[in-house]
Amino acid sequence: MIDLNFLSYEFMRNALLAGLAAAVLCGIIGIYVILNRIVFISDGIAHAAFGGIGLGYFLGYDPLAFGIVSAVLTAIGIGMVSTRARVSEDTAIGVFMATGMALGIMLLTLSQGYARDLYGYLFGNILAVTRSDVLLILTLTLIILALVFLLYKEFLLLSFDPVYAEAIGLPVQALRLLLLGMVAFSVVILIKIVGIIMVIALLTIPGAISRRHMKGLPAIMSGSIFLGAVFVIIGLLISYELDVPSGATIILTAAACFFLSTVLSR
Amino acid sequence: MTEGFVKEKALDKVPENMDKIVSIRDLWVCRAEHAVLESISLELFAGDFLGLIGPNGGGKSTLLKVMLGLIKPDRGEITLFGLPPAAARSHVGYMPQKTIFDSSFPVKVLDVVLMGRYSRKGLMRRYGHEDREAAQRALQAVGMQDRADREIGALSGGEQQRVFVARSLVSDPQLLLLDEPTAGVDSAQQTDFYDLLCHLNRDLGIAIVLVSHDVTAISTYVSKIACLNQRLYYHGSRELTSADIEKAYGCPVEMIAHGTPHRVLREHD
Repeated sequence: MIDLNFLSYEFMRNALLAGLAAAVLCGIIGIYVILNRIVFISDGIAHAAFGGIGLGYFLGYDPLAFGIVSAVLTAIGIGMVSTRARVSEDTAIGVFMATGMALGIMLLTLSQGYARDLYGYLFGNILAVTRSDVLLILTLTLIILALVFLLYKEFLLLSFDPVYAEAIGLPVQALRLLLLGMVAFSVVILIKIVGIIMVIALLTIPGAISRRHMKGLPAIMSGSIFLGAVFVIIGLLISYELDVPSGATIILTAAACFFLSTVLSR
Repeated sequence: MTEGFVKEKALDKVPENMDKIVSIRDLWVCRAEHAVLESISLELFAGDFLGLIGPNGGGKSTLLKVMLGLIKPDRGEITLFGLPPAAARSHVGYMPQKTIFDSSFPVKVLDVVLMGRYSRKGLMRRYGHEDREAAQRALQAVGMQDRADREIGALSGGEQQRVFVARSLVSDPQLLLLDEPTAGVDSAQQTDFYDLLCHLNRDLGIAIVLVSHDVTAISTYVSKIACLNQRLYYHGSRELTSADIEKAYGCPVEMIAHGTPHRVLREHD
């Protein structure tokens, strides 16, 4: 069997912690993304974050922090556009997404030694998660957990029936921006783990499977967290043992489970 | 059970001006220099059941939104229970035009009804025992108590509609605003639904404003009718003259003005 020696490596411990935090985020935020039908927005935010990552890299600061800032700004931008619609929302997302990617690639190329890191951001490398990354990821996860705990009934109302919610006085616009902001945080964290290209899979697959088999939001969220953790751990172990890319392994594990669950639930 | 509901309401602090619950004076709403609502005046009293009819785009939903405090009038005054509309929300129940939701949305009927308690609870405060009891009572009032633990998507259209009425009732309102609540429900269920509204109005004393296209059906149930097309045609009664209707709809409308039920037969082409 797999020996547990791998836990004696710090990079493996970091990877495991980051992965478990990511699972918690996917489990909770992913469900809201599915229920509010903001999958495309979330993907747009992830891609736009690349511009910030590139800028941070170029200037020699922490790319992850810059990525978070640009993701949040994009989230707010998209959220504003969708209410004061002169441009349709999906057009706006398309523009943000491509601009972010283009900026990111440009800035990374202009920096030294970009190739290895570019690959890491696009496809993820959980084994490259550092101790400070882990601290940042855990902090963000705790903040998001606290927000969801405090605003659970508000987010449920917003997700189920925004028209009614607004009519009875829920600050719908502020909550939607907050939700997009939480998506932005989550997405940047997931970029570290599975990369920009595959973020959306990890955000939605655990929720999509859990939703099929569980009843009620809390149960679906718990199931989704559990599945996310399983995918990350299995993916991590396989990638460690076979020396294959971790992001792709995690996503393939999730996808296999998704198709299996689709076939079985027929 | 009906009694419990009434008793609960009596214990609530009711603002002053108990009798006059809605007062609107010379109210105007303009969009892009174009009047959507023009010089609207309307008074509603406890126990009223007002049917609000009028052509599409005549401002019916806008007027409801003003009453909910979602749209600020450009001119004029409006108070509900002596308060500005946004401050009176906990006394008002609202049921929007056809609630569109994902039929597999993972939420139980009871939790849907609880959503209506938000206007009483406010941000970040959890629903407690009292809220759950109110939700159970509201479900009982609409005859859906045995559906409390079902998922909302598993109910029929008519049952879902009742649940949404329960959601608007759960804050123990003295006024219900219903925006075309029967859209997309078959006619047998519509009749049941109107009977339910009559029960809420007569037995629980809840004032109702019912926005509808369906003049024929509602005129049998409501106690007052108003017709809205930018201006409001209303005489504080069930009577509307054919001149009112003609002005409101902008074309002659054949109608039987007296006798029950009042009927608008068809619009002139």
